[in-house]
Amino acid sequence: MEPYAALLASFALCAVVAAILVCASWILGPRNPTATKLEVFETGNPSSGSLRGIRFPVKFYLVAIFFVVFDVEVVFLYPWAVVLRQLGWAGLVEMAVFVAILGAGLAYVWKAGALEWD
Amino acid sequence: MEVFFSLAKVVVAFVIILQLTLILLWVERKGSALIQDRVGANRANLFGGLLPFNLGIVNTWMADPLKLFHKEDIVPADADRFLHWLAPFVGIVPLFLTFAVIPFGDVLKVGGFTIDLVAAPIPASVLFVLAMASLAVYGVVIGGWASNSRWAFLGGVRGTAQMISYELALGLAIVSVVLTYGSLDLQAIARAQGALMWGVVPAWGVFYQPVALVLLFIAGMAESKRAPFDLPEAESELVAGFFTEYSGSKQSVFMMADFVEVAIVAALVTTLFFGGWQVPWLGREGFHFPGGLDIALPSLVVTLLQIGSFLLKLFIFCWVQILVRWSLPRMRYDHLMAFGWKRLLPIGLVNLVVTAVFVLAFEGWTVR
Repeated sequence: MEPYAALLASFALCAVVAAILVCASWILGPRNPTATKLEVFETGNPSSGSLRGIRFPVKFYLVAIFFVVFDVEVVFLYPWAVVLRQLGWAGLVEMAVFVAILGAGLAYVWKAGALEWD
Repeated sequence: MEVFFSLAKVVVAFVIILQLTLILLWVERKGSALIQDRVGANRANLFGGLLPFNLGIVNTWMADPLKLFHKEDIVPADADRFLHWLAPFVGIVPLFLTFAVIPFGDVLKVGGFTIDLVAAPIPASVLFVLAMASLAVYGVVIGGWASNSRWAFLGGVRGTAQMISYELALGLAIVSVVLTYGSLDLQAIARAQGALMWGVVPAWGVFYQPVALVLLFIAGMAESKRAPFDLPEAESELVAGFFTEYSGSKQSVFMMADFVEVAIVAALVTTLFFGGWQVPWLGREGFHFPGGLDIALPSLVVTLLQIGSFLLKLFIFCWVQILVRWSLPRMRYDHLMAFGWKRLLPIGLVNLVVTAVFVLAFEGWTVR
C-alpha cells in the first residue's frame, strides 16, 4: 500500500474517533438548558456583552507577523539541510548569508523594541 | 496481505497514542500526588466498595472518561455554534495523526514479508510532524473565539502567540538534527542512530546535538501549553483559558490534546535524540557488543525488544515532562515571550550554523 494511502487511512481513523469523542456527551449526556446555564462565565456577574469588536493589544498581531516572516525563512532551511553535503562549502556560505540577514532582521526587531512586552 | 499489514500498523500506532494518553492521565494524577505528598486517585471500586482494594489505574482509565462523557454538553447562547463544535475536533485530529509517521520499531519479518514498523512511511515525515504541530494551533484559536467569552478569548490569543513563537525554536532545533543525519525521514534518522561512534558509543542525536535537545524539549513543552508554560489556560488568571465555555466530552478532548502533545514531544525527543526504537548494540541479527561478544537472537525477539525500547523511552520523557510541570511555577507572559524570541531563537540560529560547519569540516563527524 502506498505510504500516502496509509496516511489517509490514519486520517480517517483519527477523524472518526475524534468525532465520537467530541460528540459523546451530546449523545450520552442529559440536556436541560436554562438561561443561566447558557450565559458565558464572567465570575458570576451578568455578561458584559458580546465579544465582537473587542479591542486587544496590538502586540499579539506583531508577534503573528514576526512569526510569518521568520517561519517562512526557517522553512527554506529544510531542503538546504538535506543536501548540504552535496552543496559543500559554497552552499554553507550562501546559507550563512541568508541566516545573517535573518539574524539582522531579528536584531532590528529587537532593537526597535518590538519584542518588549509592557 | 500487504494492505492488511498496512491497516494493522495504522491501528497499532493509533492505539499506542490513545492508550498512552489515558495512562498518562493516571500517571499525572498519581505523580502530582507523589510530588505533593498526598495519596492521589484512590476511589475507584466496584458496586460501592465490594473489593477490599481500590482499582488504581482503572480510576482514570475508565471512570474519568465515562464520567465526562455523561455530563451535559453546554454551548453558550452567544457562541458561534459551528465553530464551537469544530474547535476540539480541529485541535485533536492533527495531533493524533502525527503518530502515524513516528517509527515505533525497525522491521517485522512475518512469513516472507518485511514490514517497516511505521504506520505511514512517508519520505518527509519530519515536515509532516511540524505541519501537524502548527495545525493544532487552530483548535486554540477557534475555541477561544467561538465561545464569545472574554476569558476564552484572552486564553486563545495568548495561546496563539505563545505557540507560534515557540514553533520557531522547535523548527530550528529540528533543522539541526536534519542537518546532522542528512534526512527528513524519521525512520532513516532512527536507523542512522544504530551506528557506533568509535565502535563503542551508539550514534544517538543527544551526543551530536545536545543544544538542540534542550531547545526542542523547552519549545515542545511550550507547545503543549502545560506548566510552566500554561499561560493560555492559566486557571488562576483566566478561569480555564480557551476552553472556559466547554463542558463534558468536548472539554475532555481539549485536555486529551495536551496529553497527546506531551506524548508527541516525548516521541520526537526519543526519535531524534535517543535512537528511537534502537537498543544499544542490538542489530537485526542480535547483539553485537563492543568487546566482540555476539549474541544471536530470533528476528521476532529483536523486534519486540525494539518496540519495548521505544515505548520505555517514550514513557521516560513523558514522565520528565510531568515532573517539570509539577515542579516549576508558571512564567510571566512577558518573560515567556522574551525567552522564546531573545534566548531560544538566537541560540537556535547559532547552533544551526555551528552544526553546518561541523558537518562540512569533519566529513566523518556523523555516520550516514
